[in-house]
Amino acid sequence: MLGLIAGHFVLAACAGVFTRWWGRRAFLVLALAPAATAVWAALEWNAVAGGRVREQTWRWAPALDLEIALRLDALSLLLTVLAGGVGALVLIYCAGYFRDDEPGLGGFAGTLTAFAGAMLGLVLADDLMLLYVFWELTTVLSFLLIGHSAGRKANRRSALQALIVTTAGGLAMLVGLLLLGHAAGTDRLSVLVAHPPPAGPAVRTGIVLVLAGALSKSAIWPFSLWLPGAMAAPTPVSAYLHAAAMVKAGVYLVARLAPAFAAVAPFKALTVGLGIATMLLGGWRSLREYDLKRILAYGTVSQLGFLTALVGTGTRDAALAGITLLLAHALFKAALFLVVGAVDQAAGTRDIRRLSGQARALPLLCAFATLAAASMTGLPPFLTFAAKEAAFAALAPLPLTLVVAGSALTVAYTLRFWWGAFGPGERAAEAVRPGGSGPQAPGAAAAAAADGAAPPTGRPAAKNEFARVGGWEKTAPVGALALAGLVLGPYVGRLEPLLARYAGTVQEGTEAPYHLALWHGWSTPLALSIAAWAAGAALFAASTPLIRLARKTALPTAEAAFARTVRGTEWFALQLTGTVQRGSLAVYLTTALLVFTGAESYALAHDTPWHTPGGTPRLADDAAQAAVALAVMAAALLCVTARLRMKAVVLAGTTGYGTGVLFVLQGAPDLALTQFTVETASIVVFVLVLRRLPSRFPRTAPRRRRVNYAVGAAAGALVAVLTYLTAAARQAADARDALVEATEHDGVKNVVATILVDLRAWDTMGESAVLAVAAVGVTSLLFLRRRAGALPRAGDGDEPGTVWRAGPREAAGPESLAPERTWLAAGGTLAEERRSVVFEVLARLTFHPILVLSLYLLFCAENLPGGGFTAGLVAGLALVVRYLAGGRYELAAAAPLDAGFLLGAGMVVSVGTGLGGLLFGGAVLDAGTYHTHLPVFGKIHLASPVLFDFGVYLLVLGVVLDVLRGLGAKIDQQIEREQGRTGPEGGEAA
Amino acid sequence: MKVTIALIAVGGVLFGCGTALLLSRPLTRILLGAVLLGNGANLLVLATAGRAGKPPLLYPGTDPKDVADPLPQAMALTAIVITLALTAFLLAMAYRGWQLSGDDDVQDDVEDIRIALRAEHEGTRAELRAVLRADRVRQARAEETEDLDDEVWDHVLGADR
Repeated sequence: MLGLIAGHFVLAACAGVFTRWWGRRAFLVLALAPAATAVWAALEWNAVAGGRVREQTWRWAPALDLEIALRLDALSLLLTVLAGGVGALVLIYCAGYFRDDEPGLGGFAGTLTAFAGAMLGLVLADDLMLLYVFWELTTVLSFLLIGHSAGRKANRRSALQALIVTTAGGLAMLVGLLLLGHAAGTDRLSVLVAHPPPAGPAVRTGIVLVLAGALSKSAIWPFSLWLPGAMAAPTPVSAYLHAAAMVKAGVYLVARLAPAFAAVAPFKALTVGLGIATMLLGGWRSLREYDLKRILAYGTVSQLGFLTALVGTGTRDAALAGITLLLAHALFKAALFLVVGAVDQAAGTRDIRRLSGQARALPLLCAFATLAAASMTGLPPFLTFAAKEAAFAALAPLPLTLVVAGSALTVAYTLRFWWGAFGPGERAAEAVRPGGSGPQAPGAAAAAAADGAAPPTGRPAAKNEFARVGGWEKTAPVGALALAGLVLGPYVGRLEPLLARYAGTVQEGTEAPYHLALWHGWSTPLALSIAAWAAGAALFAASTPLIRLARKTALPTAEAAFARTVRGTEWFALQLTGTVQRGSLAVYLTTALLVFTGAESYALAHDTPWHTPGGTPRLADDAAQAAVALAVMAAALLCVTARLRMKAVVLAGTTGYGTGVLFVLQGAPDLALTQFTVETASIVVFVLVLRRLPSRFPRTAPRRRRVNYAVGAAAGALVAVLTYLTAAARQAADARDALVEATEHDGVKNVVATILVDLRAWDTMGESAVLAVAAVGVTSLLFLRRRAGALPRAGDGDEPGTVWRAGPREAAGPESLAPERTWLAAGGTLAEERRSVVFEVLARLTFHPILVLSLYLLFCAENLPGGGFTAGLVAGLALVVRYLAGGRYELAAAAPLDAGFLLGAGMVVSVGTGLGGLLFGGAVLDAGTYHTHLPVFGKIHLASPVLFDFGVYLLVLGVVLDVLRGLGAKIDQQIEREQGRTGPEGGEAA
Repeated sequence: MKVTIALIAVGGVLFGCGTALLLSRPLTRILLGAVLLGNGANLLVLATAGRAGKPPLLYPGTDPKDVADPLPQAMALTAIVITLALTAFLLAMAYRGWQLSGDDDVQDDVEDIRIALRAEHEGTRAELRAVLRADRVRQARAEETEDLDDEVWDHVLGADR
């Protein structure tokens, strides 16, 4: 079973290639999959009719208890035969229906084959979730098939409509299935049906929701609007999906659940009530259509209502009648749809007012169509007759009356259909007669448009030169389906074992069970059948005034209501988005913060978690802390109100250094060291950029400013209170002792550094990557095109050679102010007025000691404050000093390396260390040490965390270099270019 | 646990100032806000460690009981470095914004403004569409009658309403 389903999808995947090779003949190959299914099912027929059940389970995720469970019983078998047999015939028909150059043929063929597979999976699925998956798969594939000619608005609309309606139903069904499955404690459909959970509110809700899915799939009122719209699909699709297979899925589900739930309250009321209502409405509606396909579509809606009512009744005989009719309906309705497709292609229209003489043009098709139509009216000796007799015998008086009325309507629209398609076409004259009672518009399309319905009437007759009759591929499937309906009638007794096998599960131990046969003697059902034929014929005879009546009494259609609903939803969404989403980040942030503070404050006020087991808090640990705290607060407040950019930056830096001092006082030298280096680097970077930005902030509106202050005050106060409460409420001891012990165990002394490179090394690695990404971001924002390679050095190419001029060259005066000696590698490239001997000397003297210091910080991190981050920053600061003292050529001389290389090398080293841990220690980043003895150095102890830290060091150095290159050197270049003083005179300084 | 008010107060003030700055338009201010907010958050994390202690360096003579809780310190350390990366990146963005638009203000989202405008003028849109449809119908009718003189007569008699 699994293989068959998979086979469909494999063939579907190859469909594109097949159509490219063989054109429309590819359909014949694709038909193999459903044909194989049908043959397999036919071979199983006798065994299953004898009571055997075939099951197949594949546990594809045993840990999650997920499995694919398939089950073949009588009901599944019947639908498998239908899905496979009709599927194969329709695919064969496609080979005659399409042209080789049909646009999107490969996709269409694949989708249709995949649909056959999904349908097969749907009827075989025994797992509730699997059922749902296949259910939605058919919905999606149906959407694609309806929208085959996506160029037309009507097709797109119909496809979307079908998708929305059936998916909404499908989602409801999912919830319903979950409810039922939960109540029954199983996810097997067969178990659920065999041991139904006791009726309760949850089960009843579940039933209603599942029925919503089933009824929407089967186009039962009030969900029936999508099916006539779906007639925009190519005719083979209509024949397969919208007559034989997909719409039967809903009936199938009702039939599947009926044995368990028919007695539970809303089940029968919904299925029988809505089913019969749909039967009558659909039949009545189809009487006023002029498009052959729409006549059939409303006829299908009507018949689906009948089927749902029958299988939902919950008695054995009604179920037997229901599934017999299900088989019969699939045979004649698919045949009729296929006939419509052929007539449409031959005549170029489907409007019954314009068709005439098709009986002569297509004699064989006409004969088959007559058989199928006779089957639809339920004449003996067709299979439908036997089914209808059974139905009339099984129903209670009230539904019976309505069903007989519905059958009369069926007879009427069948006659109308047959007469319209193959009759002499008298109506054409009536319709175009000016001033007549018929619709005024001359064209078929216009008539349909005036009706307010979709005009899927195909090509106008004017294009009749393209008309094709088609070969055996088109006629043979129609014949097979029509003849099957005829042949199976007399042999209905042969079918009965299988059909009764299912019907017997609905109601056990019926006395005098009904038997399917064509002749039961002169009985009430026969009389009712005759009455229905007579009434139907009378209705058809009186059809002209009836159509007028039907058109006059036409209510606003569900389609219009649906369109208004969709439009209303869109309008509401637009208004809501337009109101809420104003595009201002500040407004969004304010809203989010206000909600946050409001909700948290409410929770605080409501729950009052104010008890503090720690006792009264102390104001400050010591006087120094209090003083620094006050200073930081003052600087922060001033920073908010500062209007000069530079002032704000300096004040922010002050708070940063103050924070560093607080770290020192708190006993966190590692933090303080990092904070100081970061703060220094930040201020340098700020200054590098701020030289280009306006010196003042633009003025903020006072009202806006007040709001900002208020929100900020609220957020700050809330966070402080929350921190206080959490810290004060803490009773457990901190993790200090464990961490200290672990560090001592490693034989090192710096606890924080140990945590960073050992215990939370994963985090450190990830954060290094963040740094690298930020650096790449900076450079890509500034070097818009290219960032490769090291910085240009003085004298390279057309480099100006002199940097940082204060003004025009003449302003410097004739006598040079520059020192005679340069202390730096590229000191001569700096404009004279910018040079400072003191700074140059200091930079020269400090550069190497700082680098040595950085290495010291790196390698002693196990025992002293320091570590990769700090050390890398310190080394970076050495470069900053060189850059500030000597300009960008000096930077290039100081760091002749590509920043990208440093970043990459850093990442490689730290990640490599991590992987090394995996290789040698068994876990990523597992630490290892190596002890050895070297002649000069004495005892050497190498630890992998140090190597890891070295990677971080390289990476941070790369980040600083990248930022300097971007925000320093690159902006320098841009400034120079703007000043337009890049000239050859710079070369002399090189 | 006994709590030190001073640290929490500084943290709260930094947090509030940072938030207020975040809400303004110039990207520089937003960035300074992020920096202040980061410092405040680090201080608050540290404040949960309780009392100030000795540095967590296990030299001989250091009593492990006097040492400050190292866990919050390790948490805060990488955050500080990330702040630097954030600073550099936002500054590059501010500079790029200045290059493109002459200031570093964060502009309102154009697409959002368009949606808001569309929502406001939805009624007008429907009216215009109705007018257009009527126009098209009139044109179609004119084409159907194929009255070539129609346009000429329009000039003489005026077009149909």
